[in-house]
Amino acid sequence: MSLTLTPNIEDPDGFYEMLTEAQRDMSAEEADDMNARLVLILANQIGQASLLREAVELAL
Amino acid sequence: MLNTYSFPEFEYVQSAEQKTGEVLRHTVVIVGAGPMGLTAALDFAARGLKVVLLDDNNTVSVGSRAVCYAKRPLEIWDRLGVAQPMLEKGIKWQFGRVFLRDQEVYNFNLLPEDGHKIPAFINLQQYYLEEYLVDACEQNDLIDLRWKHKVVSLQSYDDHVELAVETPDGIFRLQTDWLVACDGANSDVRKMVGAKFTGHFFQDQFLIADIVMKADFPTERWFWFDPEFHRGQSALLHKQSDDVWRLDFQLGWDSDPEEEKRPENIIPRVKAMLGEDVEFELEWGSVYQFACRRIDRFRYGRVLFAGDSAHQVSPFGARGANTGVQDVDNLGWKLAAVVRGEAPVALIDTYHSERAFAADDNLLNSTRSTDFITPKNAASMRYRNAVLNLSKTQEFARPLVNSGRLSTPTPYTESTLNTPDTDIWKGSMRPGTCVADAPIRVDGKSDWLLNQFGEGFALLVFGLEPTPVEAGVFTPTTVVVGQHFDDIEGLAAKRFDATEGAVYLIRPDQHVAARWRTFDRDRIMAAISQATGGQSQ
Repeated sequence: MSLTLTPNIEDPDGFYEMLTEAQRDMSAEEADDMNARLVLILANQIGQASLLREAVELAL
Repeated sequence: MLNTYSFPEFEYVQSAEQKTGEVLRHTVVIVGAGPMGLTAALDFAARGLKVVLLDDNNTVSVGSRAVCYAKRPLEIWDRLGVAQPMLEKGIKWQFGRVFLRDQEVYNFNLLPEDGHKIPAFINLQQYYLEEYLVDACEQNDLIDLRWKHKVVSLQSYDDHVELAVETPDGIFRLQTDWLVACDGANSDVRKMVGAKFTGHFFQDQFLIADIVMKADFPTERWFWFDPEFHRGQSALLHKQSDDVWRLDFQLGWDSDPEEEKRPENIIPRVKAMLGEDVEFELEWGSVYQFACRRIDRFRYGRVLFAGDSAHQVSPFGARGANTGVQDVDNLGWKLAAVVRGEAPVALIDTYHSERAFAADDNLLNSTRSTDFITPKNAASMRYRNAVLNLSKTQEFARPLVNSGRLSTPTPYTESTLNTPDTDIWKGSMRPGTCVADAPIRVDGKSDWLLNQFGEGFALLVFGLEPTPVEAGVFTPTTVVVGQHFDDIEGLAAKRFDATEGAVYLIRPDQHVAARWRTFDRDRIMAAISQATGGQSQ
């Protein structure tokens, strides 16, 4: 299996709104901390090492 | 300071060769009578080699230094007959807790499986360990242990090394066929041969303090990230013998080590950690920095490196002394076979390939722990804190918490000495792996599997009466499960995934060389040849 790079997020606009709303009142520092937690939570959902590697490389 | 232990002062004796001025050629000279040098002397002597062991000092380790000793080195010391006092004096432990601020975020149990002679870990001050090893060396006629002998220069030749050695009586020369450098991370011998010693240096400093206190803290490893009593840094608490406790405080790069190590500066830190009303006495304190690095080659001609002279790791994970003892375990039987002309010198080169492989594994683990404890930049710090914060409530984050991954033996999976499997096996006892122990019964008495293999090669055969295997000096000791001993709990069969007739060829350092489902003399002979550099039989 390789990383899903076709659209896969249900309700893209709704997701984007939820994400930015969650951070609306945060300082940059607080948002960065939350993003770090979010990365770890999502990484655990993926789990598979090869997919995680692919994702890190894609994000570089 | 220091009141639970009085340091022995060993006697300097002028050697006959220095007195007469005659330049003698020795077989093996070891430099450095620390845990590695002393263990090497005992191992080489157990294999029949005469050993000269030189040390520039005349006492044991000052301060407790190395503290945690793992199962595998203790098994090696058990093979050498010196583990008993260590196990009696040492503190057995298996449980660790990790805190963020004052909240526990993670705990681990090393869960020693039942049915092993040796526990997962003991804590013991290094001076006790060295004292027991010195006692054993002094009782061994093959070991010539010389205090206050400092190697000041070295000249390498094709078939020997010549040393200049300084003693209270001046400088004299001696020659040796092989030199084994166990002279620590700042090895002079390594500098003398011009070896490269490279890796990562970490910009951090740690204060270690040993205190004596009668406290009812449990015998557990406690590690704090960012504790209330030491904000922004990490701290560690661990028990040793004699009610001595090891405390470790991360200080950061900007601290002044000379200031930090003064008792009047250590004591307030200890009180902040333990509480104002806990009674304790300070025994020893030191500030250290560390690097994770390794020598480029473990062998420079006739000079061999073992322990910290060959690889230096951070203390997180107890991978320094523990892996050093395994260097010695790997080297001893190979050196003895080469010295006696029973195996080609190429066998010694597998000491480098196997132990460099293990050192790299240790360095990887040690570097990862250190990067977690001492994050490299603001982004790493953010992830580190995110892991710790999540781990308070979320189980999934706990395996990411890294306060040190504790030392276990690295299997030599890539070794040229292995004979690859041709049969199908389950479990972990693949070629290159250190063999598992199991409780057995010999002649009606309880015993342990690891004690049955002797000092040479061994064939562990399950169930069937094998035909004898004659391989000259490498003729294996054959032990037949169900005949020489009873596998009382069936754990030997289980751990070795054994079926009737299964055969394991075990190296003198108790690692699997080869295994088969059926007994075949020719295949066994070929595997012994493979495991001894190709020229036996």
